Amino acid sequence: MEATIEVSGLRKRYGRTTALDGMTFRVRPGRVTGFVGPNGAGKSTTMRVVLGLDAPDEGHALVGGRPYRSLRRPLTHVGALLDVGALQPGRSGRDHLLWLAHSQGLGARRVDELLDLVGLAPAARRRAGGYSLGMRGRLGIAAALLGDPPVLMLDEPFNGLDPEGIVWIRGFLRSLAAEGRAVLVSSHLMSELQDTAGHLVVAGRGRVVADVGVDELIATASRARVTVRTAASPEAARALAGAGATVTVGERDTLVVSGPPAEDVVRLLGACGVPFSEVSAYRATLEEAYLDLTGGFSGVVR
Amino acid sequence: MTARLLRAEWTKLRTVRGWMAGLAASSLLVLGLGLLFAAGGHSSCSQGPVEVPCPTPPLSRDGRAVEDRFFFVSRSLDGDGGITARVTAMNGQIRLPDATPGVRNVVSGVVPWAKAGIMVKESTKQGAAYAAVMVTGAHGVRMQHDFTEDVAGSAGGAPRWLRLTRTGETITGEESPDGRRWTTVGTARLTGLAHRVRIGLFAASPGDVRVVRNPLGGSASASRFTEVTATMDEVTVRGAGTGGTWSRDDIGVELGPDGNPHHPGAFVGNGGTFALTGTGDIAPDTSNGRIEHALTGVLIALVVVVAVMVSFATAEYRRGLIRTTLLAGPRRGRMAVAKAVVAGAATFAFALPATAVTPPLARGILRGNGVFTLPVGTLTEVRVVVGVAALLAVAAVLAVALGLLFRRGAAAAVAAITALVVPYVLATASILPDEVSRWLLRLTPAAGFAVQQSIPEYAHVIGHYAPAAGYFPLPPWAGFAVLCAYAVVALGLAAYRLERRDA
Repeated sequence: MEATIEVSGLRKRYGRTTALDGMTFRVRPGRVTGFVGPNGAGKSTTMRVVLGLDAPDEGHALVGGRPYRSLRRPLTHVGALLDVGALQPGRSGRDHLLWLAHSQGLGARRVDELLDLVGLAPAARRRAGGYSLGMRGRLGIAAALLGDPPVLMLDEPFNGLDPEGIVWIRGFLRSLAAEGRAVLVSSHLMSELQDTAGHLVVAGRGRVVADVGVDELIATASRARVTVRTAASPEAARALAGAGATVTVGERDTLVVSGPPAEDVVRLLGACGVPFSEVSAYRATLEEAYLDLTGGFSGVVR
Repeated sequence: MTARLLRAEWTKLRTVRGWMAGLAASSLLVLGLGLLFAAGGHSSCSQGPVEVPCPTPPLSRDGRAVEDRFFFVSRSLDGDGGITARVTAMNGQIRLPDATPGVRNVVSGVVPWAKAGIMVKESTKQGAAYAAVMVTGAHGVRMQHDFTEDVAGSAGGAPRWLRLTRTGETITGEESPDGRRWTTVGTARLTGLAHRVRIGLFAASPGDVRVVRNPLGGSASASRFTEVTATMDEVTVRGAGTGGTWSRDDIGVELGPDGNPHHPGAFVGNGGTFALTGTGDIAPDTSNGRIEHALTGVLIALVVVVAVMVSFATAEYRRGLIRTTLLAGPRRGRMAVAKAVVAGAATFAFALPATAVTPPLARGILRGNGVFTLPVGTLTEVRVVVGVAALLAVAAVLAVALGLLFRRGAAAAVAAITALVVPYVLATASILPDEVSRWLLRLTPAAGFAVQQSIPEYAHVIGHYAPAAGYFPLPPWAGFAVLCAYAVVALGLAAYRLERRDA
């Protein structure tokens, strides 16, 4: 099966609320695609439509070229993590994976492999009701990977995780994408996708606002600005502004300069005798790039 | 696909300890309440001041408990032969409820199933094979044999000519208004009938069953003594070995403490005219305990099964597990069916050992306590045992269907109990008029309880055939089919709703 997700012209209304308003995008294999946007942008609804849980009023969604509900042994095609809390509290984590495995014609051995892989083996035979949010997240990832699927969809997998868990999932997602899988990860916090997503689908009010590569997005947002680190920032700012540059004050002892290229900045500061410790090309954070991108879009700014 | 879904649902069911414990408890409830019922059943009988073992009813050739009480005036017959007689009149007396307490209130009259006529019987032992043609109080001429078999002749009463002819194992009964024009009422085949049999005249009169409404709206019945005196003449007996004298047998008469017979029959022969007085009946015994009484725990087990299976279904919705389930098996109708099938099969597997073991154990305990349980054929016992386990299984299917439909445990459990348990309790608790009870057990899922009825209604035996007495308005499998229909419809609705709605 081709490792793709295609979403095309999805529309869906719940009563008077429009949840999806022509949502269209395509997720390609080999990279992590971040699906971002504020709460209520239609990310979860889109995922549920892709997974055949909700029916769209219009449009269609295909996984590997086929509607989800036509898949035999669907977990071998698509792995999904929707809600880490969707567990029977009285059933052990291992048994939760076991019934899922049995539904796909898989056995207990595959379950134990995954428990080792996600590091849940020691707690596997305990009641899932007693699991921490982090353990539930690991169990959810294990469930998604059970059928070794080429396509993965994770809805807000970082929610409630401790920093260690977040780092773990990021690394995990990168390596899964590196294996050639298509990985779609939704999040309402850009910072969570930093260094993880290679591509972004930005949703707002039920449609796609931007569908863009992360490198391209950051390059655009960075806009050839220069970072200056100096202990004498007032003097530096005065000198640079005097030469016609636009200066904003950044984090501790830094100035962000737009206008002159880095060589001109070094020359100017040297000429004015202002000491500095570093001059470098400015690199916007993913969050900044995202805000930059969606700044004009009232539905996204929070 | 479906096999995988079944396996997954079974894994789900067996991995929640509470559910398995519930199923085990339902099984133990059937056994435990059955044994408790048996241990609590006692009967003691006395002969005057002396306690004696309670008599057990006689058994017919096929092992059925029967009532075999009548007055028999007979001769011996070797091989083929026959008897002809004319029943000229039937009179009798009926004891009514005492108008003044302690003062017998007896009126003259003949009960509808009082019988007088002619009979071939293998011996004078109770339960021995027989065939008879007779005139009844209000049901015309009948040909009956082996206690359960009854064929109607003409509707007229006495006077009436009757003729019985034996050819090998075949007995033919005929009737005539005048002794010249004969019509066949019926033939009976008494397999293995001995060469030498008894042939003669008989009279019997079953108890007068009266059903009274109780103040709550239900009814109770009471049976009171009656006897019939039949006058017969034109008696001729044909065949080898019939030349002896008439012997008189008050078949099945009980002896009082003083050693005298209780309600004795009588025979007065005056020239060619015979007057026979008899009481009792020649009929299957329906008054003793039944195997299904040992399965009373099923009602409580049913409530437990419903609770477990409703939870099994609604657990999907309590924490959004249904989405995971539908991701694993997106063809939703099949998922609903797989869940229901697993629920039914697991319930059946837990219930069957209990329903199989409880009746024989209870029967043994009751026998030790002097209580007789009506024996039934192997097929009937298997039907009751398997049927009651299947009743629980289908209830489990219904509970799963309602759980998937309502999505909330309390609502689904209330619906299932209201559909299954409430009508059954109302119908059998003797608080509703009989006809209302019967309709409840025809129309509601509680009709399925009919599968446990081991003793059928007999049209030719008067009795209070009401749900309160364990008689269901539908035949066992028909009642069970009603329950199945409800389960199938509910499951269909649940599947339809699952398919149509977002999860």
